[in-house]
Amino acid sequence: MPVLWLFLIVLALAAIGFIAGRMRVTSAGGERPHSLPNYYGWNVAMKVMAPAFLALVVWLLVQPMLVDRQVTAGLAEGAVPEGSTLGLVMSDVRRVAGGLDTAVSLGLITAGDADAMSAADSDVRSLLGEAGVALGSDVSPEVLEAAQRYRAMNATGDFWRSAVVLLLAVGGLVWGVAQSHGTFRARNSVETGIRIILLSAASIAILTTIGIVLSLVGNTWHFFQIYPASKFFGSFTWSPSFGGGSELGIWPLLWGTLYISVIALIVAVPIGLFAAVYLSEYAGPRMRAWAKPLLEVLAGIPTIVYGLFALLTVGPLLLSVFGRDGLGWMQAGTAVMTAGLVMGIMLIPFVSSLSDDIINSVPQSLRDGSYGLGATQSETIKQVILPAALPGIVGAVLLAASRAIGETMIVVFGAGAAARLSLNPFDAMTTVTAKIVSQLTGDADFASPEALVAFALGMTLFIITLGLNVFALYIVRKYREQYE
Amino acid sequence: MTDATSQGGSRLTAADSRTKKRNASEKRFRAYGLAAIGTGLFFLVVLLTSIISNGSTAFMQTFIEVPVYLDPEALDPNGNRDPADISKVSTFGYNPLIQNAVFEQVQDKGIATDYEDAGDMRALISASAAAQLRDRVIANPDLIGETVDFQILASSRVDGYLKGRVSRDSITQDRNIDAGHLDLVDALREDGTVHKSFNFAFITGADASESRPEQAGLGVSMLGSLFMMLVVLFLALPIGVAASIYLEEFAPQNKFTDFIEVNISNLAAVPSIVFGILGLAAFIQFAHLPQSAPLVGGLTLTLMTLPTIVISTRASLKAVPPSIRDAALGVGASKMQSVFHHVLPLAMPGILTGTIIGLAQALGETAPLLLIGMVGYIATNYPEGVISGFMSPNSAMPAQIYEWAKRADPAYYERAWGGIIILLVFLLVMNVIAIILRRKFERRW
Repeated sequence: MPVLWLFLIVLALAAIGFIAGRMRVTSAGGERPHSLPNYYGWNVAMKVMAPAFLALVVWLLVQPMLVDRQVTAGLAEGAVPEGSTLGLVMSDVRRVAGGLDTAVSLGLITAGDADAMSAADSDVRSLLGEAGVALGSDVSPEVLEAAQRYRAMNATGDFWRSAVVLLLAVGGLVWGVAQSHGTFRARNSVETGIRIILLSAASIAILTTIGIVLSLVGNTWHFFQIYPASKFFGSFTWSPSFGGGSELGIWPLLWGTLYISVIALIVAVPIGLFAAVYLSEYAGPRMRAWAKPLLEVLAGIPTIVYGLFALLTVGPLLLSVFGRDGLGWMQAGTAVMTAGLVMGIMLIPFVSSLSDDIINSVPQSLRDGSYGLGATQSETIKQVILPAALPGIVGAVLLAASRAIGETMIVVFGAGAAARLSLNPFDAMTTVTAKIVSQLTGDADFASPEALVAFALGMTLFIITLGLNVFALYIVRKYREQYE
Repeated sequence: MTDATSQGGSRLTAADSRTKKRNASEKRFRAYGLAAIGTGLFFLVVLLTSIISNGSTAFMQTFIEVPVYLDPEALDPNGNRDPADISKVSTFGYNPLIQNAVFEQVQDKGIATDYEDAGDMRALISASAAAQLRDRVIANPDLIGETVDFQILASSRVDGYLKGRVSRDSITQDRNIDAGHLDLVDALREDGTVHKSFNFAFITGADASESRPEQAGLGVSMLGSLFMMLVVLFLALPIGVAASIYLEEFAPQNKFTDFIEVNISNLAAVPSIVFGILGLAAFIQFAHLPQSAPLVGGLTLTLMTLPTIVISTRASLKAVPPSIRDAALGVGASKMQSVFHHVLPLAMPGILTGTIIGLAQALGETAPLLLIGMVGYIATNYPEGVISGFMSPNSAMPAQIYEWAKRADPAYYERAWGGIIILLVFLLVMNVIAIILRRKFERRW
């Protein structure tokens, strides 16, 4: 039974349960029931849906894994041809099984034929071709057999899935309706249910973090098993070659990342900070009302726009000044400078908004004290307000740095693809994020070190940005407590 | 001191050199601040001008308007107007008709040219013109045998020439077009046969292959983005609101709650590309969902947008004064009833504003989409229905722009800028709606 049908049947049972539970309470005379009638209905509906859907979800997650494992274990030693991997064979098996399903549903063969078919006396490839599944080569007997086993196990699994889910739903229905009498505290029961839903929604944040960590750690682990960690962290060359024999040292990428981020911060921090000081200390309410949102527009523009701006506007502009026709420092439009400048523009509103908040939260009494001693406004800012706001501003700069390090689109377009350790800011360099994109969007085999290295890079990026964020938030929070 | 009194107030009002210095430094400091704001706004202006000046041309396209004689012998050899027979004629059957039509037009107008063969007109015509004419004929077989006025899509070189991208100098190495063709274009332009008109196909059309930038449009990837946003809206909004209600109204003060809060604030700062890695590993590697599907993109963006929505929802829940809750509890509502019947409706405008801003952020996000495979192929097919809209491979607006910017033909840069204009219009509309919502429903307690 397809999942959608199962889902609809459970929903229908829940609706029936709602009406039945509600009616049982309203039609029974006697004392006033504990809760409003709808709560009795919801109580039944909840008891129908919650266990059934939970079972359905768990089943949908677990069954493919179990079947995969069983079929993989059942594959004969010789089933994996030279130059292929178990993963590729298994994806073949899945495709063949899917193709057989389509063939049966199109009526090309009967279900019995599909189970009995052998690779020797029927042309499976052309049959599957008719069913719309194109295969690169003929189907080997092992693969066909595995596919048939795969189908059989899935069929059994699907049957039991429907049985269990429906049983749970009907059981819930009976239980819920039996509970529905006036003394039962239906509202409390329903509210507990809602509370659990709310709690699980909040826990998704934890699940996401766990998911990120697991997907990074798992694949990084694979990577370090086929490529030594000592070389990853010890080598100063980055030269992936998909034929094998790549050197995957992280340092050139980290250097490019840091160089670009530093240039971005050199652009963004002074402009952002001065803008924040002016807006919070000098600007009148009218100027604040239009200058602040306009600056923040820069933060709302998607990074792909900045990437294109770097590639097609800023790069050629810099090239005309610093390139061969000008000073001769620059070879191509993509360079550390291009990416850094554009990223700096992107970060201006980030620095200015955060600093603005922090400067505004410095108590007025500090300013008044300083003015009372005869200081000018700028002296007050330089000698009283900025020192008082310093921890917060440092926090803001760290957050901006973490943004810069994790930024992808600007460096993909603006920084170039060559990984090199150079001091010239007009050289093309590349970054951790740009390489994650290029290693994972190529045609590389997913199990090769050249593709898996992206996860190790992602792990490095995650740890650096997480560290910066935690540190920055710690500083900001600690500072805020002083004045509140 | 006698000194000071004898000279009266002048000593006090006249600035000494130190005061002058201090005042000058005050002025300088102020000027720095103004200059910083000015620089920021200058960058904004440069960015917007460069987007508009580079991208607005994508909305105009060059067409060649000529009468095309639909030769029955070529298009319907059997002469029975059977749609099945007509659709057997491939675009190769239509190409000569179009080329002849253009060539005849050239001769009718008496334009002097060195070209003697209709086949030489190919350089002026888009490779997709034949397919468009064929579609029109198949839709209406009665046209065969008649002469119809047809807007032929000009080739991207001709289009570029009219827009100033292609010049006589730049085509010396170009095998696709000669200077003689450009002379022809000049002449045809004067009598109005070649003209530019609004490019609806850019907004509604599908992507085209690398060699046909004149045909490429954003429509299909716009649908991809739409389906992704639907997933984000229907997952991120309920989950985000539920999580915020829990954290703001019910969560006990304990380690577990702290842990959730720390997680949310950290997730808000995780680089978007890391979410792409998560999507790749969790949804494609582990759950075997189809690559490039808007569903996967939507799920990934949901996880990315959740922290934004949670943070803004919590702020608006916090803004509802406790007296509302107390009043509800006082008349006998349960905690749950007070939240769902009173606090949540009052916080709704703020929640919606936050959600729209979160959606706008998700709409423009590119990096995660690259990793789950929404680039690298040509999105030429409209999804066939709602299910295939979610499940079959598609692109999304920012991914399509990335793809165009990566292509070698400079004609695609114009498309990429044009795509950015459309994307920014969407973002602008969403943000304006959010601002209006806030203005209209914001309550000060």
